Amino acid sequence: MKGILGKKVGMTQLFDENGVVVPVTVIEAGPCYVTQVKTAETDGYSAIQLGFEEVAERKLTKGQKGHLGKANAPMLRRLHEVRCKDAAQYTPGDVIKADIFEDGDYVDVVGRSKGKGFAGAVKRHGFGGGPKTHGQSDRQRATGSRGAGTSPGHTWPGAKAPGQMGSERVTVQNLKIALVDAERNLIAIRGAVPGARGSVVLVREAIKRSKA
Amino acid sequence: MTNALMASLQPELNAEMPDISPGDTVRVHQRITEGRNERVQVFQGVVIAQHGGKSAGATYTVRRTGAHGVGVERTFPLYSKAVERVEVLRKAKVRRAQLYYLRERQGKAARLREKRFLRT
Repeated sequence: MKGILGKKVGMTQLFDENGVVVPVTVIEAGPCYVTQVKTAETDGYSAIQLGFEEVAERKLTKGQKGHLGKANAPMLRRLHEVRCKDAAQYTPGDVIKADIFEDGDYVDVVGRSKGKGFAGAVKRHGFGGGPKTHGQSDRQRATGSRGAGTSPGHTWPGAKAPGQMGSERVTVQNLKIALVDAERNLIAIRGAVPGARGSVVLVREAIKRSKA
Repeated sequence: MTNALMASLQPELNAEMPDISPGDTVRVHQRITEGRNERVQVFQGVVIAQHGGKSAGATYTVRRTGAHGVGVERTFPLYSKAVERVEVLRKAKVRRAQLYYLRERQGKAARLREKRFLRT
């Protein structure tokens, strides 16, 4: 499986060859370095670890520097593992650029969604809230019933309720790549991608479309 | 748009695209593909609104009065490649950025004063 780490830059729109407007998310992808190669013999599974975002040396700990030094990679802030069957063909220190993808490829994008804080049930789960009229007070955005009474005598685990919303790992599958330019480290992906501008995302081959 | 990557994706303006502003009477020449045939359709009317400044998603809206006094409005993307060229026929003196009030007017009431002395 191919993958690359990148930074979400923002959204804009392009015109395709038919003159149709395509909404795209611009991602500054890579360059990424292979910082570790995991194989079935040594680790029990096959994967490569990617590093992204160069950073000043003083920002890293001794342990991190040692790990990167082993791979002969520059000082990198983000590390992320990508499972791939052909991990053995990589060696630590390899550079991965945006040109692993082509225009028209389908990808999955993994990111951390924007945090919405502690949200009520109306916003978080789409509850309808209470009536606005007929003598109601303080019920407009209320959660309503939490369940039955004496039997079962408790709230069911997993019941939808107010709580933390967003700031979680989100994957959007089967997005089409509109444009790739490895020289500018640019990938433009059709549609929206999780996370705020400037957040780090993983762009990887679409698992539901890959033949392997 | 401060980011260099975003700026590099900014579409280029058609060479035939003049500066237009609300109140201008324009002829928009648009390429239309029907199956294998391609032809140019002309839409003539008054620019009643512009949206999005110079951003990639910028548009302008042209209004014309069709048969039986039926108003027809079309919104074109500023950077559309289907628009071959735009001719400015007349510039009018207007005091609004959006001329939506023209929708409620017909005939003589919908006239606009022409700009006599163009500042260049």
